This record gives sequence, structure tokens and C-alpha cells, in this order.
Amino acid sequence: MIKAAPMRALLLLGPLLVFLGLFFVWPLVTVIAQSVSDPSVSRVLNRTAAAIDGWDGTGVPSAEVQAAFRADVVANTDDMAMGDVTRRLNATKSGFRSLMGKTVSAVKEDPDIDLARIDDRWTDTAYWQAIQDNASPYTDAFLLAALDLERDKSGNIAAMPEGTSANATILLRTLWTAGVVTFCCLVIGLPYAMIAASVQGWKRSVLLGAVLLPLWTSLLVRTAAWMIILQDNGIINQALMGLGVISQPLALIYNRFGVVLAMTHVLLPFMVLPIYSVLLTVPGNLMNAAASLGAHPVRAFLRVLLPLSFRGVVSGTLLVFMAAIGYYITPALLGGASDQMLSSVIAFYATGSANWSMAAALGLILLVLTLILYAVYNRLSRDPVEAR
Amino acid sequence: MIQENKTTALRRALAIGATALALGGGAAQARDLTIVSFGGTFQDAQRELFFKPFAEKLGKPVLDEAWDGGYGVLQSKVKAGQPNWDVVQVEAEELALGCADGIFEKLDWEKLGGQDSFIPGSTSECGAGHIVWSVAIAYDGNKLTDQQPQSWADFWDVEKFPGKRGMRKTAKYALEAALMADGVPSDQVYEMLATPEGVDRAFAKLDELRPNLVWWEAGAQPLSMLQTGDVAMSTVYNGRITGLNRTEGTNMKLVWNQSIYAVDSWVILAGAENKDAGQDFIAFASAPENLSKLPAQIAYGLPVIAAAAMVPAEFAADLPTNPDNLAVSLNLDVDYWVDNSEELTKRFNAWVAQ
Repeated sequence: MIKAAPMRALLLLGPLLVFLGLFFVWPLVTVIAQSVSDPSVSRVLNRTAAAIDGWDGTGVPSAEVQAAFRADVVANTDDMAMGDVTRRLNATKSGFRSLMGKTVSAVKEDPDIDLARIDDRWTDTAYWQAIQDNASPYTDAFLLAALDLERDKSGNIAAMPEGTSANATILLRTLWTAGVVTFCCLVIGLPYAMIAASVQGWKRSVLLGAVLLPLWTSLLVRTAAWMIILQDNGIINQALMGLGVISQPLALIYNRFGVVLAMTHVLLPFMVLPIYSVLLTVPGNLMNAAASLGAHPVRAFLRVLLPLSFRGVVSGTLLVFMAAIGYYITPALLGGASDQMLSSVIAFYATGSANWSMAAALGLILLVLTLILYAVYNRLSRDPVEAR
Repeated sequence: MIQENKTTALRRALAIGATALALGGGAAQARDLTIVSFGGTFQDAQRELFFKPFAEKLGKPVLDEAWDGGYGVLQSKVKAGQPNWDVVQVEAEELALGCADGIFEKLDWEKLGGQDSFIPGSTSECGAGHIVWSVAIAYDGNKLTDQQPQSWADFWDVEKFPGKRGMRKTAKYALEAALMADGVPSDQVYEMLATPEGVDRAFAKLDELRPNLVWWEAGAQPLSMLQTGDVAMSTVYNGRITGLNRTEGTNMKLVWNQSIYAVDSWVILAGAENKDAGQDFIAFASAPENLSKLPAQIAYGLPVIAAAAMVPAEFAADLPTNPDNLAVSLNLDVDYWVDNSEELTKRFNAWVAQ
């Protein structure tokens, strides 16, 4: 009977725990696991994986390894599992797709066929090397590839050849774009929040409404609206050309400018609202007190109001930055080829080439970045006034 | 006693919640036949010609959805079990990949009139060809009046034809075009691309055009770029250009020489709930009397031999399957792209991002 109370409390928490487990913990664990493991090769080609372990990586593996490979192919009945194997191997060495297609049907017909007779690619060390590289269910290859790194022949981490992968460039671009957007939001959002907090009545309602209203509109709709406004024959260009200010339309869309502008607009509420809520707690007579002590308004602002709004600024900055690094649809619709962010690369691996491990590894990098920022946020958002 | 009641009530609430969740997941009742194609004006035409008449014949509603391609989308639907799509129009690569992986049902070719009733290369175990479509150079005939581009070499020649160039943002098509512009005969393009030197050569040729390139992703984009004059030439999907000329009275011209064609097919997702109805639909859409109406709406070629023969001459001239056009074009090498797509896409994206 004594234990009933905590049990009941736990039951009340049940829906929350189930929700968190189902929609938060489980997907997260799956993504992390996927980014460092791909058991498809070791599961379907289990005999080969065991046999090829001892191969020294020169020439072609021994007849036993080849026999084990044929036995694995014959034993497999799941086309989809073999498809995963082929996709993994083809991602390591292009050409495996057609090679496996040929090999599987030939081996199923004649289990003792000489592999080199099916296709002379089986005499190429590189193809066997790919099988050996993927034989272990655990690998850091995806995480390394997500940062344009790979392991060379002796197992050391090295940069990928120039021009073969641009993940690092795109990651830096993502951070840079998010940084610029955050800065723009801060420059607009801080004064805006201060004005909104300093006025009363209908003026405050109008100012807050102007921030909240876009928040109630779908992201896609807001992005599409910017397309209509910014395009070559859009409102801005037509107005400027009609006034004779310009003769050629300005390039406002399909470049970094359009992306930053639209993302700033979309994310501005996340800057304004935290700052505004912090400022509301600042007593209104503090500025007057500073003035009565002889402080110039600018000095009073810098020494009193700005430090007191610091917590809101930190919250807003991190909220905007963390949201911005994951943006996908806005850069896709308003940016050019060199404005795409990391999410677009993740989308390519997930929906385009079904390379879920690579998508997971890139996703994990975004997650780690966000977690680091969250840790920073946690430190900075401790009340700076109290700490003094 | 009271406590027990509370616990029961809580359990009941949880059960109701769980049921609501399951219902929200939409696994409950039978779904109508769902057909998925590539959207836009093309799917509008398909809806009138195939989906609606088939729904009448079936006596049940037929749902249609649009997608943008991508093998991962189909794979994840099938792997999750109970895919919510039945019949999907796929590109040749997706057909090859999915058929090997077993994510598509095997077709009953008896019902479809046998593989011999289709042109060679447009049928497989899992897919029945639906249209033959081309990626080709297009330009505005009213703007380029003095001289007209004839080839990829002209597409690359920004002195002879000043202005920007629109191109599809994929390694596929861009690399083939670059090699042909560099003087590689179209029948040697894939031989060349199979070597690392050939790929380097293609990227080097793309480098030349880089300052003048504008990339597009959706098929409607190059049309508006050509109309506004943002680009002097662009690669396009052939059917859209003919459609634009018919609906908006524009004078866009296609360069059939060195165009690249491929076949789109109907497939049925493995484990699809309405696979029998889906099979019947594919037979219906492939029947010559139905399929032959398509080119009047949108200029794509027909892989069903009898259907192609029934197309009126005025429309047949604009199709990729017109013998004059076919003779000068390149067949997309599906095997090549199935093998090399991931590696070359990675390199292409890195090149674009520079």
C-alpha cells in the first residue's frame, strides 16, 4: 500500500515517458547507432566477412574466401538485404551495383562458378578491398566522410582528395549563414524588443502582433511570399524599375541575400520574444534613476538596460542560431546552388541515394553542434546580475 | 476501492489515447488505389486520360499523389511495411535499383500483352514503360533569330550566342553534355565516362561554362527563365516546351541533335495493398487506345508500339520517339548511372559548391 503512491505518480507520468521514449529517445538512439554501424554486409555475407578478415589486401583473396562468398550468395534469400549490401559496397567502390547484379544471378545458377569468369572486376583488388572494409558492422567511415575525411591504406585519418566532397565547406557555410542571420536578427530584434517593452497599451499590442502574426503563418507560405516579392519581376524590382531607379532588375533571389533576408524574417520572433520577456521584468524607473544620478542617456543604456537584457539576448541568439543551422526549405527555395546548407546534403543521402548511415552521420554532426551550443547557453543564461 | 477506480480510469484513458494514436497513424481502414506520378501539367493530363476513366471502370475512387523521385523515398516506404502508395511512375535508375532490391512487385506480363508489344529496353520484370522523354537544349526562336544552336558545342559557345545557360543541377545529363560539347561523339560518351580521365575531362569542360551557368531543379524553372530571357538557352524536359508553345503561344525551339532520352515506367510497390488493381491500372494505361491520347496533351513518346502507331502525325513529329529525333539522340545509360551516381553526385555537388 505504501508503494502505491509513487506507482500512481509514475502512471501519471506514463504518457509523457512513452511520448519521450517513442518520439525522442528511440529515434535519437537509432540515428546515432546508424551513423556508426551498418550490419548489412556482416549479416548477409557472414562467411565472407569471417574469411576475408585474414586477407592481407594484396592481389585477390584465396579460393576459400571466394568459396565463402559464393556460399553466402547462394544462402541468401532476402533480395532487400542483398540490396542493402550492394548499396553499401557501391558507395565504397562504384561499379558494385552492376557487378553484384551479374554475380548473384550467375552464382545462383552455378554455385561453383569461377568468379573471375563472371566478370573480370573480381580480379581487381579494389572490389575485394571494399568487401573487407565493410565486413565489420561498426565503422567510423560515415562520421569521417561527413567531415571530408577518410582512412588511408594504413588506417590513418586523412583528408579526402581535393574536389571529391564538399561537406566541410557546406558545414562552414551553414554556420556562417546561421551566424549572419543571428546577427541580423539581433540588430533588428534588440531595439524592437526594447521599444515594445517601453511603450504601453495599443502600441505594444500592435508591435507584439507584428512579431507574432508571422509566427502563426506556415514557414512555407512565408518563404513563398518572399519568392513573389523578390523575384526579377516581383514587387520590389517592378517598383524600382517603374520609378526609374534601376534599369535592370536587381538580383534579390537565388543568392545569399535572399536566404539571409527571408531567414531573418522567419526567425525574428525567436529573438524578439525572449528579450522582450526579460525586459518586462526590468523596473521602469531604473533608467530614470540612472538619469537622476547624472548618467547621459547613452551611458544609462549601456550600463543599465543593456546588461539587464543580456539574458534575453543570449537566449534569443542561441534560439535563432540553433534553429537556423537546420534550415532546409528556405535556402532550397530562395538560394542558389552555392547557398545550400547541410540539411540539403542530408536530404540527398536520405531520399536520393538511400544512404541512411551517411544521412545519420551528417545529422549527428548537426546534433552535436546544437548540444554544444546548448551547453554554452546553459552557462551564459545563469543570471549574470545575481552572480556578481 | 476508490484508488482502484482511479487506476482503471487512468488505464482506460491510456487505452483510448493509444487507440487514437493508432487511428491517427491511418492504418485502420482499406485505402483506395493510390497512383503516384511527377506532378504538374503532366499529371493533370494523366488524371484526365488514365486516372479518372480507370476510377469509373473500377467503380471506386482512385487517389493520385505527386513525388519528385528519389530511391530512398520508395525504399523506406516498402521497408516500413504496408506502403501507402500502390502504383508509382519511376525513372529508369529507380526501376533498376528497386527491381534488384525486390522493393517492386513482379508484373504479370500476360495482362499487359507481353513484353514484345513494347519497344526494346522499355520493359523489365518489375516495370512497364510509360513514356519516353528527353533532356534537350531549348531556346526562344523569337530571340535567337540570326543563327540557331545545333549542338552542345554551340551551348558552350558564349561568344557566338551571348547570354546565360540553364542546366539541370545533376551530374547525370551535365557530364554527358560536357563531353559531347568537348567533341566526344555521342556513341563514345559512356565509354569515356567509364574512365577517370573521361570524368575529369567532363568536369574540366563544365569549368569553362561555370561563369555563365544557372542551375535548375524543377522542370518548370527553365521555362520561366527562357520566357523572361534570364538565359539564352537551357536544358529542358522536351514535353514541357511543346506544352508551353501550345498553351502560351511561345516560339520555343528544341535541339534534337545530341538530346538524351530515357524511359519512365510504372511499378507496383512490394506488399502494396491494391496490387491487383494496380496491375489492372497499368494494363489500362498501356492499352493503345488510351495511351495514344497522351501526346496530344504533352509531347512524350510512347513505348507501346501499337499506341505509338496510333498517334496523329501532327503530334508524332514532336516526340522523342520520332525516328528523325531518335536517330540523332543518345540513350541514357542506366547501368552506368546505377553504378556511379552516388560517387559522381558527391563530386558534382562539391564542384557546384566551390
